[in-house]
Amino acid sequence: MELSLLSFVQIIIACLLIIGLMVGNAVIMVYIERKAAGFIQRRPGPYEVGPRGTIQAICDAMKLLGKQLFIPGNVDWALYFLAPVLAFLPVLVLFLPIPFGKYLTTLQVDDGILLILAFAGLGVISNILAGWASNNKYGLLGAARAVAQSVAYEIPMIMALLAVVFLTGSLNLTAIVERQGTWPWEWNIAYQPLACFIYFVSLVGETNRAPFDLPEAESELTAGFHTEYSGMGFALFFLSEYANMLLVSFVCATFFLGGYRGPILDGFWWTFIKAYAVMCVIVWLRWTFPRVRFDQLLNINWKWLLPLSILNLWVTAIIIKFID
Amino acid sequence: MSGFNFINPFGVREDPGSFVGDRYTDNFSRKARRDTIVLNLGPQHPSTHGVLRILVEMEGEYILRAEPVLGYLHRMHEKMAEVKTPWQFIPNMGRVDYLHPISWNWAYVGAVERLAGIEVPERAEYLRIISCELNRIASHLMWWGAFVMDLGGVTPILYAFEEREKINDILQIVTGSRLTLSYFRFGGVSTDIDDRFERLTREFIPYLRERLKMYKALVTDNIIFRRRLEGIGPMDLDLCQRYGATGPILRAAGLAYDTRRDIPYGLYDRFEFDIPCGPSNDSYGRYLLRLAEVGTSLDIIEQAIESIPDGPIKIAKAPKANYKLPAGETFFAVEGGRGQVGVHLVSDGGQCPYRIKLRAPGYSNLSLFAEAAKGTLLADAIAILGSLDLVIPEVDR
Repeated sequence: MELSLLSFVQIIIACLLIIGLMVGNAVIMVYIERKAAGFIQRRPGPYEVGPRGTIQAICDAMKLLGKQLFIPGNVDWALYFLAPVLAFLPVLVLFLPIPFGKYLTTLQVDDGILLILAFAGLGVISNILAGWASNNKYGLLGAARAVAQSVAYEIPMIMALLAVVFLTGSLNLTAIVERQGTWPWEWNIAYQPLACFIYFVSLVGETNRAPFDLPEAESELTAGFHTEYSGMGFALFFLSEYANMLLVSFVCATFFLGGYRGPILDGFWWTFIKAYAVMCVIVWLRWTFPRVRFDQLLNINWKWLLPLSILNLWVTAIIIKFID
Repeated sequence: MSGFNFINPFGVREDPGSFVGDRYTDNFSRKARRDTIVLNLGPQHPSTHGVLRILVEMEGEYILRAEPVLGYLHRMHEKMAEVKTPWQFIPNMGRVDYLHPISWNWAYVGAVERLAGIEVPERAEYLRIISCELNRIASHLMWWGAFVMDLGGVTPILYAFEEREKINDILQIVTGSRLTLSYFRFGGVSTDIDDRFERLTREFIPYLRERLKMYKALVTDNIIFRRRLEGIGPMDLDLCQRYGATGPILRAAGLAYDTRRDIPYGLYDRFEFDIPCGPSNDSYGRYLLRLAEVGTSLDIIEQAIESIPDGPIKIAKAPKANYKLPAGETFFAVEGGRGQVGVHLVSDGGQCPYRIKLRAPGYSNLSLFAEAAKGTLLADAIAILGSLDLVIPEVDR
């Protein structure tokens, strides 16, 4: 791929669109999450601001923008301010290789998933910095948990995705979608159900969502690594959390759910429908299950997900070698 | 750069003579090893349910030592009893334990009645039992929701509130308030029940039994929930008895001791009910036991509402506001939602009691925490704390 002026302009425009998507997604997801939580908990959820509470999320965002940035004493201010920015920045790169539609990909790279996985690993650095720099014991404990959890759950996640890559023979996300058919039984979830399950569990762990929300476990660590952040500092963490959720859902849709291909009318709407369906399941999990303990979290990963994913990879490789 | 200290970020004592934090923190961290973290849980922490403060020394996430620090909600109820006449003091009792205020009502009113030798009409005794048991269910439900929330499940507390709301609606009919109930009077109760009260109570009993099945399916049988609780924080019978623990904690440890059965008061001996006991002395056992107790309370209410006799709800010559307690000393204990609630009352014949001692079960139960939390993970300690069912105003009084 050569970087001409045209592709450079393309990428700039795409980045702006991605920022728009991230902010829009956060607003929509906050609304969906609060309404879903309301539905699960048998209460109305937000309904005062705007028709059926639709602009509640925007009001919350305005409140966060207007809040004072409170800096506690004895923080390492350079790292303290760097952490939320670092949480937010890699997300821009992460969306570049996602094929929203057949011709709707910002960056057609052959190693698309490699790019995503490489930059997704950066997110945890911001958590460490936030926990360490804010000079708070809860923050430090949360950061330590975030590291252990993120390192652990990345491995089965990669293994699960690798099984699909074996099937396709390509790291290019568009190629992966193109190989899958239009009907649900032609998607990769039908060929790789175990990989899909492992990937789904890992993505919940990777995005620090309940029941695996240990880095910010409210009842134990008050708010974990972002305990000392207020105003926009907190908002950036929040935004990046939702953006990460969107990203892993898009990857899930691309790898296992047929991406932009659907029974009727292929197009980017299918990607969005599938990604948001995955996100709704994540929301549903959060409001249903209690939190696991930290050693249990690591046990699930190292004792179950990792061996299973390796086994899955083996079986896939053997089948491809001898049958295909 | 600001004054950030990279070598020693958490204020470990460099100079042995220096003073760290407040007096409690200083004392506590003086005994701590240099390579551990002294963490301050509370007084404002999401899972201490109020203003309990716990100092913990941790190695990694393992707790080496824990020490509760009390007194952030000390409101001098015992002192207030010495300057208030018995009549003036009744509303205080609704405020000691805001989740099961009726038991404190009963303990104080019962102590005064025992000292003054006042007989209570039969209908009033039934009303006392019904209101006390309804209130106990509300207290247990509230604990259930809060406990599951401590473990990270946010939804059940709202289900529990739904049921608690119904109980509040019922109790509001007779008590007039929804939180700090002051229903009991010397020689009876304040208000008689009406048809609506009876109807709502009758409807509530089968409704809650159905809901309890849902609780079991949603939470009790949840694999994450069970793995978080089974075998966590065992408190054996010997430990419970050494610290004077009562109520569900003692019964979960295997001793079927219930004030309603062992030191009968009111008309509890007229009703058929079993005292749930066991099944295990860990957090999960305490959880199961409390849910079983909700069933017991429902049984008692069902029998009482069916067989309630007619008659007065107050004695004719109820003590007036200027009533003088006879000189003497008495102790009256009732079974509260958290254990044995006792009032020790000493009177010298004046308008106000000479001295009063409130025996709060939560205070004794909290003492077990330090022993049980040793060597557990931080998340387990939160589960143990939740399983003790603490109400901080009651602990501090």
